[in-house]
Amino acid sequence: MLVKASFQAYRVIVLHEQASLLQENNVVYSVTPLQNTVSLRKFAMLTLNINGKDQELDVPADMPLLWVLRDVAHLTGTKFGCGMAQCGACTVHVDGAPLRSCITPATAVAHGQKILTIEGLSTDGSHPVQQAWAELDVVQCGYCQSGQIMSAAALLAKIPKPTDSDIDQALSGNICRCGTYPRIRAAVKRAAEIG
Amino acid sequence: MNSINPLSRRGFLKGSALLGGGLVVAFAVPGAHRFAMGAENQGNVFAPNAFLRIGNDNSVTVLLGHSEMGQGIWTGLTMLIAEELDADWSKIRVEHSPASAADYGLAGFGGMQITGGSTSTWMEFDRYRQAGAAARLMLVDAAAKRFNVAPSSIRTESGVVIAGDNRVTYGELADDAGKLPVPDPASIKFKEAKDWKVIGKPTKRLDTPEKITGRAKFGMDVQFDGLMTAMVARSPVLGGHVKSFEGAEALEIPGVHKVVQVPTGVAVIADHYWAAKLGRDALKVDWDLGPNAGLDSQNLLESFRKLAATPGAPASKAGDAEAALSKAAKSIDVEYSVPYLAHAPMEPLNCTVKITQDKCEIWTGTQFQTLDQMIAGKITGLKPEQVEIHTEFLGGGFGRRANPTSDFVAEAVEVAKAAGGPVKTVWSREDDIRGGYYRSAFLHQARVGLDADGMPMAWKHMMVGQSIMAGTMLEATMVKDGIDKTSVEGVADSPYLAGMINHQVELHSPKTGITVLWLRSVGHTHTAFVMESLIDELAEAAGKDPVEYRRTLLKAHPRHLGVLNLAVEKANWTAPLPDGHALGVAVHESFGSYVAQVAEVSQDNLSIRVHRVVCAVDCGIAVNPMSIAAQMESAITFGLGFTLHSKLTFKNGEVQQSNYHDYQVLRLNEMPVVEVHIVPSTDKPGGIGEAGVPPTAPAVANAVFALTGQRLRELPLQLSGV
Repeated sequence: MLVKASFQAYRVIVLHEQASLLQENNVVYSVTPLQNTVSLRKFAMLTLNINGKDQELDVPADMPLLWVLRDVAHLTGTKFGCGMAQCGACTVHVDGAPLRSCITPATAVAHGQKILTIEGLSTDGSHPVQQAWAELDVVQCGYCQSGQIMSAAALLAKIPKPTDSDIDQALSGNICRCGTYPRIRAAVKRAAEIG
Repeated sequence: MNSINPLSRRGFLKGSALLGGGLVVAFAVPGAHRFAMGAENQGNVFAPNAFLRIGNDNSVTVLLGHSEMGQGIWTGLTMLIAEELDADWSKIRVEHSPASAADYGLAGFGGMQITGGSTSTWMEFDRYRQAGAAARLMLVDAAAKRFNVAPSSIRTESGVVIAGDNRVTYGELADDAGKLPVPDPASIKFKEAKDWKVIGKPTKRLDTPEKITGRAKFGMDVQFDGLMTAMVARSPVLGGHVKSFEGAEALEIPGVHKVVQVPTGVAVIADHYWAAKLGRDALKVDWDLGPNAGLDSQNLLESFRKLAATPGAPASKAGDAEAALSKAAKSIDVEYSVPYLAHAPMEPLNCTVKITQDKCEIWTGTQFQTLDQMIAGKITGLKPEQVEIHTEFLGGGFGRRANPTSDFVAEAVEVAKAAGGPVKTVWSREDDIRGGYYRSAFLHQARVGLDADGMPMAWKHMMVGQSIMAGTMLEATMVKDGIDKTSVEGVADSPYLAGMINHQVELHSPKTGITVLWLRSVGHTHTAFVMESLIDELAEAAGKDPVEYRRTLLKAHPRHLGVLNLAVEKANWTAPLPDGHALGVAVHESFGSYVAQVAEVSQDNLSIRVHRVVCAVDCGIAVNPMSIAAQMESAITFGLGFTLHSKLTFKNGEVQQSNYHDYQVLRLNEMPVVEVHIVPSTDKPGGIGEAGVPPTAPAVANAVFALTGQRLRELPLQLSGV
């Protein structure tokens, strides 16, 4: 668990560093009078590549990618569960690596990086992870499953034949309250076979 | 509904041609007239308040009056219809029905539409089969007329009617069938169990395709033009209220439109979640914390102990336990306790509301549509039938989304009313953990006397914990003589006490200011832990094997014995284990189903590691064995969460936990291997969503004792370093 948590934090830091190089070009500063003070409020005109398509989005600079995806791009497959990278429901891929979108400002995703959400994993549920999920009847309430599937897909892209320990490492950050864990573990292994 | 005779004591069927073609079959429920809503059956035009629609395109649409929250009812009830309809499974679709007690109310719940108490399958076992059977009879009749043959010469299979050499699909017959009278349910003969093709067949879920592609729509996912998002600042202490607030800074946040006071706090209404959240962060609220500002978990436990020393309300009594105890060869005197728990479903609470002059539309994942309608009606001044609920998939319920106060729905209606436009009120995870409605903490004290053979002969049991039902509309039916049945279920009706001449169970139901609610398996969450741990303690005191001890005590309870024996056999109870591993067992009945579990544990320093749980379940007729296995896996995971981790505490009136980092639940790396074995049975179906939860905590606690000699009497289990 601890290993996993620090791994996630590391991803976020890396993205922030990459983003900081580009933010100057992307961020628009506007001045808003606020009572007796003047505060700087940042807005960002972003070009995000989501599921293979560039989208121009005008969002608050600190808005997490999760809410940009859900409330601005209207891609609601990515879920809000905790808002602090504890549950993994918001997992998306950025250049193939899993990322907790709830704590990552959209501005931290660099121009040209590719964001993949559950909607883009396949258009018809044909990704091997989705096939395995269907075959083993994994889902219950389903709310966490987008995140579970994205974490599993990222794992398999990196480690095509994961061990139990690899699965623990990659998926213990994704909470499921319904208890689909045994089937998730089996389905990850099945997806590895489907390839 | 003008076609229902309110005095009718039994349900009846009605049917008609569907507007746009097809056949609809609907039912009426005794008791539902109390919540009956509006006229809907006008000539041959049929509003879609029904269980079943057959379209001209051969589609079969099941309108589910129950809420799908993971438990698999979407598939299970549909199987019942498909069985009797001889439907083509590949043509079946499912939708959540509109909210309508008249059509979907349950006689067992006073005619209300609700999903809870692990009741859906057994309460609907006849009604959904009748829906399928009635539709089939009408299709057969239509075919008989078309081909001028006797109905008895006709058979059906997989969505096709076969009359001699003629084959005609249900879709082709739907218009004709819709014009026929609907059979009296009393005249409907169900298939015999030996002829079942669908019931009992492991069947995959019908909601999987949507849920693996992100297409499934949960309440949180509701979006439409003009919809705003609200977050509510609520009192940090339960029961507190707003003294005053300053919203100017919140209004400065781009995207924030309004800051309004509502009964539960101050709502910030914005374009999207992020603005609402920042706006709420910027709010300044001066709270009157109210009478609960001193709440403290440790003090609460002490106050429970003080109460336990005084006589409580009698929940079950036979003979003279006190006198018998004085004659015991041996006795044990123990205290068990469990903390407050939050449900923490993965989807934080949310509810979308749009109020117009004559309608209040609600989109949410709810377990309790009828009550939501009544409460929303009261707030808006509309009639309940003017409250239209679109039930979305529930991202977990566990009881939290069925609340006698409809708290999250009521608040969202207040917000929409104050906002003057459609609003989705969204809770953060912190709001969810801190927002009240918890499984109550409970204290149990028991003195049990053993006879010379080591068998229990006297049992005094005191329980202290909050009543869920007290103060709610359900109090009248659920609280009798000071006993809330849900507080004592699993103790007062325990098979171990049933045969005991001298026993006494008492209950105190203190009011603490903490709002409490049922949590998956309700009273059994703590009573099974206590009873099954205690039985293990007694076996230990008697020097007997815990399985043999239970077999002796449960000899008059064949279904308990059946699952116990199956679980220990499959777990190889007596076989050698790896070094440092031990087994524990528990068996418990709840919601009409019997579940035994054997847990295998080891320890890693002070951490308990659960390696395997072997589960045997007898739920009567197993409608969908695949779903039963999933629910057992689910229940064990849920049970392990509060066995090993979850605990909600109060300090200075505030909940000390806030999110999954400090309110911990089970994660994948801690998940044991689970094996589920189903006892074949022809008994009527029992509940399956909850019954797997109760045995998990005691099975693990008993295994921990076998491993370490430490008898842990408090949840979550915590090994000590000695």
